[in-house]
Amino acid sequence: MGQKIRVEVNGTSHDHEVEPRQLLVHYLRETLGLTGTNIGCETSLCGACTVLVDGRAVRSCTQLAVQADGSSITTIEGLGQNGRLHPLQEAFHEEHGLQCGFCTPGMIMASAGFLDDQPNPTEPEIREALKGNICRCTGYHNIVKAVRRAAEQMGGES
Amino acid sequence: MYPAEFDYVRVETLDQAVSLLAQHGGDAKLLAGGHSLIPMLKLRLAMAETVIDIGRLAELRGIESAGGTIRIGSLTTHHEVATSDAIRDHAPLLAQAASKIADPAVRNKGTVGGNLAHADPASDLPAVFLALDATIQLRGPDGSRDVAARDFFTGLLETAKSDDELLVGVTVPGLGSADGSSYQKVEHPASGYAICGAAAVIRGRQVSLAYNGIADHAFVARTTSEALSTSDLSDDAISSALDGLTVDDPMQDIQASGEYRLHLAKVHGKRAVRAARDARTS
Repeated sequence: MGQKIRVEVNGTSHDHEVEPRQLLVHYLRETLGLTGTNIGCETSLCGACTVLVDGRAVRSCTQLAVQADGSSITTIEGLGQNGRLHPLQEAFHEEHGLQCGFCTPGMIMASAGFLDDQPNPTEPEIREALKGNICRCTGYHNIVKAVRRAAEQMGGES
Repeated sequence: MYPAEFDYVRVETLDQAVSLLAQHGGDAKLLAGGHSLIPMLKLRLAMAETVIDIGRLAELRGIESAGGTIRIGSLTTHHEVATSDAIRDHAPLLAQAASKIADPAVRNKGTVGGNLAHADPASDLPAVFLALDATIQLRGPDGSRDVAARDFFTGLLETAKSDDELLVGVTVPGLGSADGSSYQKVEHPASGYAICGAAAVIRGRQVSLAYNGIADHAFVARTTSEALSTSDLSDDAISSALDGLTVDDPMQDIQASGEYRLHLAKVHGKRAVRAARDARTS
């Protein structure tokens, strides 16, 4: 039995009928074709599937698509504006905050939610904020530098 | 990893949730933040014919503080608890423990009620509510009833809540400035679950020390708490009371043996009581 949902994803409204058991991450990847959000551990531990739902970072693998009905969702595809990378994407690029890149969308979305709460974070605060995002290329050092750089950039812009 | 198929109902009122629960009994599961239920459904550790989504019931959400008592609606998230001024002022232990649950994305979605109803022995809130002497409100087909946190946790993922009842909130008698509290935790490095979580509250002369992660459910260390309550709370007195701590049947798993858990309980119990003592501003 399908459930009708309406969600706004990256500024575009979508109406779909979804199976109740469909996870939000599968809805984003398979129904909407937004494959930037990765599926890692599927057990809420790795953070690869992190997206923003109504502005807050959440695990899209541990949420049903029906739960997101009426919500506004931002994925990595929606972060850059007008063909320009978001300051976080730019900073991950500049600071070499990735190697294989698999964790990167989740890292960036978790950081985006965090910087909204804490625009001027210390290094320990950044590490605490990204505690639920695992990078297996041993890249945390540059990731932290990237978030710090983005915070400075974003502070400079606003 | 998909859960098995289920019927889904999103309820608009608390009464609707209660009547659906009465109708489906144990075949239905309540969905709030989903951070206990969805992993269980995915791993087939729980099955549900019907999932009742109570996530939109605004009346179950929020934190109220009046007359020194704090009431937390069951749908309040861990993030909201960790950052609430009322909780930081009147039950700082609760804010401290909530801020140590898993990671920010989990705290943005996981709820207090879901956490308590699920009663995972390694979760952080149960011992905190035990040490604070909280009361849990349940609503069922026969109306509402209150259960003391001390009578609520009964076994591994088992509580005093029956299948046709819904957890609506928790009330916590707040702490005064002369009281002290602390939560000390050894967490699993990947999941953040407590291998040992010690919650200590000192109200006047009364000490209450409770644990997560040590046994199959959170519990108050009664004998140790009584010994501490009649002591002068010097470092020596705290050490001696905690050295006498015994646990009937400590959990053992791949993360820690029972012996090691008991050792952690003593060490972190001491730290929690000392920190609670030093947090008092007399």
